[in-house]
Amino acid sequence: MQLIDKTELQPMIDRLINQDLYIHLEMTTGAYAAHLDSSKHPAATFITNAVIRFTHGSISGTGPYRVGLKMKQGWVYSEGLTHFDETDTTRLILAGHDGQGKLVVALQLSPEPF
Amino acid sequence: MERHILVVLPHPDDEAFGISGTLAKYLNEGAQVTYACLTLGEMGRNMGIPPFANRVTLPSIRMKELEESCRAIGIQDLRMLGFHDKTLEFEDQDVLDGQIESLLKELNPTLVMTFYPGYSVHPDHDACGAAVIRAIGRLPEGQRPPVHCMAFTKDHEHFIGSPDIINDVKSFIGQKMASIQAHRSQFQAAELLGSHKISDKEILQRFGTERLWTYPQL
Repeated sequence: MQLIDKTELQPMIDRLINQDLYIHLEMTTGAYAAHLDSSKHPAATFITNAVIRFTHGSISGTGPYRVGLKMKQGWVYSEGLTHFDETDTTRLILAGHDGQGKLVVALQLSPEPF
Repeated sequence: MERHILVVLPHPDDEAFGISGTLAKYLNEGAQVTYACLTLGEMGRNMGIPPFANRVTLPSIRMKELEESCRAIGIQDLRMLGFHDKTLEFEDQDVLDGQIESLLKELNPTLVMTFYPGYSVHPDHDACGAAVIRAIGRLPEGQRPPVHCMAFTKDHEHFIGSPDIINDVKSFIGQKMASIQAHRSQFQAAELLGSHKISDKEILQRFGTERLWTYPQL
């Protein structure tokens, strides 16, 4: 994984428009969030291998980045993204890592199931 | 006097703190106001205390709050354009700009009010302001109305200078406070809920002035 390069990432998003894709979308504070700091509210959520199709998508911000994908009915939105897999030519693998390197958010799209 | 003011903002409640007094003032002078609110703020996190809204009911609750706020200010024409909260920066620009452009053509406003693109903190605020500026830029030169912008990023004055418009809205504080309080799912500051009554003097001090920037080079 490399730090996101917006100009490199945008064509990777464009390549995936108008086709059925498997999505993994995740956000987590980590299971120990409240254990380490009682003022924190632990929460996590993910969805894996649901199928979506988007017509319009882009990356925005100055880092951490935001990605929005417009679907026929609705949106996929993710904020806090820092890293991407620059070597993957068929899939889009994005993640947001905090200052300690831990994963906070992930957005992944693939023509094949994860 | 302004004949017709077009306000373009992304979320119900964006009007309340920054320009509701200014709008009440213009309305009192006889202006027509059209407020195009781009989304219903349906991704907001505030649901009331204790929560009386949820993700499903929030859009319709905020729609009613927005209507109440507009009644409080005296706005005659409210348009809800139906974009989705948090997505304006990703929206198809032709669609977004086109809707604003058609409002400009329909209403031929003498003044447009929005957020200062780049200096308004929330991505929807910046994207809304940028769309307004692009749409106005597409009008023929000489037919472009002035744009008054709200701005509030840290250090914004370092980049855009001091506001050139400072409106004393103390005479319209009743309308302004009613506008703020209409958004009851969103504004939960104790003093605004009435649990700690703040003095009239403090209200005027905190809410009696509104600051705007004229967007340059249009």
